Amino acid sequence: MEESRSSLAALLLDPSFWADWASVVGLVGLIILFGVTSPVFLSVANLQALLLAAAILVVLSIGQTFVVATSGIDLSLAASVMLGAVILGLIHAAGLGIFAACVAAVAATSAIGLLNGVLITTGRIPDFVVTLGTLSGITGLGLIISGGEPTMVGSTFLLKLASGKFGPFGYPVWVAIAAVIIAHIALYHTRFGVHLLATGGQAESAAALGIRTNRVKIAAYTISGFCAGIAAILLVARIGSAEPQINTSLLLNSVAAVVLGGVSLFGGRASILGPAIGALMLTALVNGLTLLSVSAFYQPLAVGVIVVLAALIMRYQK
Amino acid sequence: MSAAIHIPPTEAILACQGLSKHFGGIRAFTDVDFQARRGEVTAVIGDNGAGKSTLIRCLVGVHQPDGGAIHFDGRPHPFANPDGARKAGIETVHQNLALIDELTVAQNLFLNREIVRRIGPFALLDRKAMKTQARAMLSKLSINVPSVGQRVRRLSGGQRQAISICRAAGSGAKLVVMDEPTAALGVQETANVEALIRRLREQGVSVILISHNFDQVRRLSDQIWVMRAGKMVATVRSAETTGNELVALVTGAA
Ligand SMILES: Nc1ncnc2c1ncn2[C@@H]1O[C@H](COP(=O)(O)OP(=O)(O)O)[C@@H](O)[C@H]1O
Ligand SMILES: [Mg+2]
Repeated sequence: MEESRSSLAALLLDPSFWADWASVVGLVGLIILFGVTSPVFLSVANLQALLLAAAILVVLSIGQTFVVATSGIDLSLAASVMLGAVILGLIHAAGLGIFAACVAAVAATSAIGLLNGVLITTGRIPDFVVTLGTLSGITGLGLIISGGEPTMVGSTFLLKLASGKFGPFGYPVWVAIAAVIIAHIALYHTRFGVHLLATGGQAESAAALGIRTNRVKIAAYTISGFCAGIAAILLVARIGSAEPQINTSLLLNSVAAVVLGGVSLFGGRASILGPAIGALMLTALVNGLTLLSVSAFYQPLAVGVIVVLAALIMRYQK
Repeated sequence: MSAAIHIPPTEAILACQGLSKHFGGIRAFTDVDFQARRGEVTAVIGDNGAGKSTLIRCLVGVHQPDGGAIHFDGRPHPFANPDGARKAGIETVHQNLALIDELTVAQNLFLNREIVRRIGPFALLDRKAMKTQARAMLSKLSINVPSVGQRVRRLSGGQRQAISICRAAGSGAKLVVMDEPTAALGVQETANVEALIRRLREQGVSVILISHNFDQVRRLSDQIWVMRAGKMVATVRSAETTGNELVALVTGAA
């Protein structure tokens, strides 16, 4: 008893504990704060809406996590979501059916991820230059093929996806939960996951042991692109149309969720639950501020402050 | 002064003839002949920059030599990559390229050789088996670490080097290559690693040891090869040489 109490105290005094659990601590803190200040916040309806709103960011944060774990970054993530959505809309509008449209969207965004990975590894160009380049290229491509116009997507499948429920959660939430489970297994229970962390930790040492570090990195960027495609489907389902507009806060928040989730920006250290909870926390922040009628202008400021704080705490991570 | 070699090929576990490697304009080594005998500790000594690390990186597939032949276990064997060398039975403890800090002791010991369980089309890591075997590997070489589930970042330099060597030795390798395994270690840690190398030899593993500690080399090895400025300049039996002779060979003062 004595021992467990003193070890708990030691744990609470250890800054690396707070760094590892920043997203959980932040989420619990926000729930208490908003729960006290806004009576609606903890209502079942609001919590369900919150989870629904978080689903897209959770999926994107998972993609970003795989890339950051290799000590890279994917700045083209939000642009890929836009391009995926535009392609989905155009193919659906061409009458090829919703499933073909969804598959094409995911294939396109995965191909962008693959391209990012190949340029970064075999092209030996720094990750932020490559993904900044594809960010710009995709933005242009999306505008060109859509003519800058939104496309309505009237599909019963997407309507059901957006508004249907199974048990307590809407389908998008289940998609996010499935993504979390699959990504968690891939990261912690497969050889790929270990090789990913080894590549992000010390790429040269990993290569000396025969790990094909370039392939691992390319796979990570492709996974990121794949997640962007899934997010594009959820986005089109949610708003009912495909718009050639980039939601830049999705990109910033995906990186923010990864940082809050205790993933090292230097690579080699990652989890899936951490960033997923980080994404929940950021969504809860926006949701709570809205309920408190704080102007939407303050939301980016609040996110920025929290992310920089989280990055500061991360310095204590062991 | 030239390297005289009188080793029957069957006794050599690893041999190379006429090996060269250049990096752009930089000549790492040229026209190197070298052999390591089965069951022996073979040392390669030489000053910094003599080409020792690059030579062994060529032998184990990290670099591709520009010219020359490599034989391993009696067969011609140029390794296209480190994986090929590992599969053939050569394990390497690289200088400065050792463990992954953020992974645990067990994960490092099984890196790129993970034990998996097949579940339908999927292969999932068998962490329990890896932890159990990791403990057995460490205790076989009397290596002490607090826990195989611990990240190696928190271990001392000596513990880390011991784990690198354990990883190299633990897989039933025929040949373990070590590049300056005690360069960054204190006195006690060096003694532990030297004891580890003796234990490996007793277990019948062939060892190539790169060092520039002449006393260590005479204590541990059976045969010594000397490199100077990218050339293999001499080879002597360890029992038949002196520290002064080695110094002369390495510096070219003889
Ligand atoms: N990857 C590389 N690129 C360019 N030059 C290299 C590389 N690796 C080694 N060298 C050069 O090859 C020579 C031999 O180096 P090395 O094999 O590390 O020597 P040693 O291990 O004997 O100290 C040095 O001049 C070094 O600068
Ligand atoms: Mg060296």
